[in-house]
Amino acid sequence: MQKKLFLGLLRSRRGIVGVSIIGFLLLLSAVAPLIIPIESYFLWNDPDYWINNPKTAAPSWTNFFGPKEFEHVSLDRNDAKVISKSSEGIRVDNYRFEINMQADSFPDDIMFLYSAKYGDIPPVLQIDINRPDNNTFTVYYSSLPTSSNTNTTFSDRIFSTNENIKEALTQYQSLFNYSISGLEPQVVIFSDTNKPNVLKGVYQISEKFFLFDNYSSVEDAGLILGGKVFGIMGTDDLRRDLAVGIIWGIPIALFIGLTVSIFSIAIGLVYGVVAGYRGKRTDESMMRVNDIFYALPTLPLLILLSITFGRSIFLIIGFLLIFSWMGTAKVIRSIALQTRNFQYVEAAKLMGQSDLKVIFKHIIPQLLPLTFASIAIAVPAAILTEAALSFIGLGDPSLPTWGQMLHDANTADAASRGIWWWIVPPGLMIALTGLAFFLIGNTLDSIANPLRNRNKRA
Amino acid sequence: MILLGSTFDKLQKEAIRNQVIDEVNQGALKFENSDERSSYINNQIQFKSKISGLDQGSLNPSIIIHRVISVMTFDLGKSNFFTTDYGSSNVRDIIFEKVPKTLLLFTTATICAFVIGIFLGTYVAGKEGSWWDKSNSIFAIFSNSFPSWWIAMLMILIFAFALHIFPARATPLSSPSDPTYVLDLLYHMALPLITLIIVSFGGVAYIVRYFLINILNEDFIHAKRTMGISRRKILYSHALRNAGPPIATAVGLALAASFGGAIILEAVFDWPGMGKLYYDAIGQFDVPIIIGLTFISTVIFLVTIFITDISYTLLDPRMKGN
Repeated sequence: MQKKLFLGLLRSRRGIVGVSIIGFLLLLSAVAPLIIPIESYFLWNDPDYWINNPKTAAPSWTNFFGPKEFEHVSLDRNDAKVISKSSEGIRVDNYRFEINMQADSFPDDIMFLYSAKYGDIPPVLQIDINRPDNNTFTVYYSSLPTSSNTNTTFSDRIFSTNENIKEALTQYQSLFNYSISGLEPQVVIFSDTNKPNVLKGVYQISEKFFLFDNYSSVEDAGLILGGKVFGIMGTDDLRRDLAVGIIWGIPIALFIGLTVSIFSIAIGLVYGVVAGYRGKRTDESMMRVNDIFYALPTLPLLILLSITFGRSIFLIIGFLLIFSWMGTAKVIRSIALQTRNFQYVEAAKLMGQSDLKVIFKHIIPQLLPLTFASIAIAVPAAILTEAALSFIGLGDPSLPTWGQMLHDANTADAASRGIWWWIVPPGLMIALTGLAFFLIGNTLDSIANPLRNRNKRA
Repeated sequence: MILLGSTFDKLQKEAIRNQVIDEVNQGALKFENSDERSSYINNQIQFKSKISGLDQGSLNPSIIIHRVISVMTFDLGKSNFFTTDYGSSNVRDIIFEKVPKTLLLFTTATICAFVIGIFLGTYVAGKEGSWWDKSNSIFAIFSNSFPSWWIAMLMILIFAFALHIFPARATPLSSPSDPTYVLDLLYHMALPLITLIIVSFGGVAYIVRYFLINILNEDFIHAKRTMGISRRKILYSHALRNAGPPIATAVGLALAASFGGAIILEAVFDWPGMGKLYYDAIGQFDVPIIIGLTFISTVIFLVTIFITDISYTLLDPRMKGN
């Protein structure tokens, strides 16, 4: 029977679609730890981890359709050309980055990163930008902060909003045909001198460190140009890469969906079989309990439960279980009512087997195919309810779930600000996962459900 | 209630503490130093806790009964973060100010979805297997798979951000005393209403179709058809009348279940009803408001189920004899 069930699943078109979607999701969640750093899972809510990403950047493939927006650039010392010179006791470490500017829009911001080890005499940092029109802007010239104790590494980042940079740029006004006084530094740096547009071409940005003693050294240097487009799914307000969140959401959603449905169907199965098999007063009272659970409003009570007991993922699974076993119990009971009059069940009873043994050995195995179908059908509801709970702000705060992403999007008013890449993918993933399980369940059900087959024949 | 025992304890202690500190601050009591003041406050708190029976634990039957009554009468004290439009911070006032708005939105949407669903469901049941029928089934499956609040966000994205037809926030801007308030309210209600209808009518139509097709296979329908009664008449009066009771039950239960979704939807649209209050209260962890809202939404849910049961008896002539 089981074999026939799964063969039937693979023979139907709906079944194949469902199975291949689930297969794809499983594959993605299996390779996820290999393609994305595992810290991103644990540090999803840690703003520091995402600081090198642009803020609220659209997916980069949007450049194919509209004007070419500036794509995020993040460079570290490995991307730089390092030239070290020394004369008269002063060593100059020059980290030169090359940027090929081809976009139609300016970067959102510029960050110069450095990390240096020095003693009493702090090094001096000079940042030069060599533009395609052969002008060189010295945008920053200042010593690093003095440190009290020697041989500590000092790391910092200089933002383009820095006052020194703004001031340094004012001296280049004479090169421009128009006033640059109100413009942001990142705009001035990448502007054409004749008209307020982007000057395309290769820019060389050098971070020159002047080191005054032998034990000073530059540990790291980097450059980040904040883009308006980033990655395949863009970023949110907290600079998080949404593609990473979407991928980590898959195993969590599958885990919640499958655990809740398997356990709730198991509870419903045992409950329904016991009620149907024992019949009479047991059946009557068990079904009244079932009715009471049916009449409970799920969401408000879930809210109350998670407010009272906490929001860990396992607690949430437990709460979902409370509200999801009744449907199965009812269906299984009506089938068990018929099953208990079958001859092999009566024979087993006459042989003196205990009720428990009859239920687990003779009745439940007959119901297994239907159980598989019910499990698959119950998954979408579990995923949807968990997402709803996360969406109203009661999800497990330590996990990157799709519901949580949508919660953040809603808190940030993403919809009315038009940040569609923050809203569309998580919802689509919820629906896609649900739909796949629904298709599988529906196919299995049409093979296994005796009630449905009877209707079809009628 | 038993589950909530410890939460209630905390709430009540907090309330007593605030009350005592208020009394001390406003009273004419003078203290030598801060130690004396805090010891006086602690004594008072212990004294009052004893009077209200807090030291007997939350499982004491009299306390449970007292608390059940206090929840049922919405005697939940004051909210820490929210006030009504008129400045009252009493939990009861706050909740009762919001409930009508939720009921307005939810019942309007339910009635619309019900009417559309019944007509659409009947129409496609008459054309079983047609393109209309299939697309209706697919639509129903899709509207069940997508979270309704996500659809709501998409609707804002499309109609408020991209097309500028409706406002993104559904809170009316004019004050309730304004003569144009009703128009303003309706204008702001449009987008949540449309969304609620869109997410629920597919399911209703699907249920209607399912029961109708079962009825259409019955012998008496075939008999009527051979008698020469028109297809249309059979469908709309004979079949629909017979399928009425189960449809009413199934649709009623489905719509009652969608109440939770409607609550979340309010939060997305910023519709000033219970759902928005729920969302904000959870964000601020305002427990008295949450308990009150849970109680009232349970009541609304049960009333919906009750109405469903009654309509079953009204629709099914066999039940009238009893």
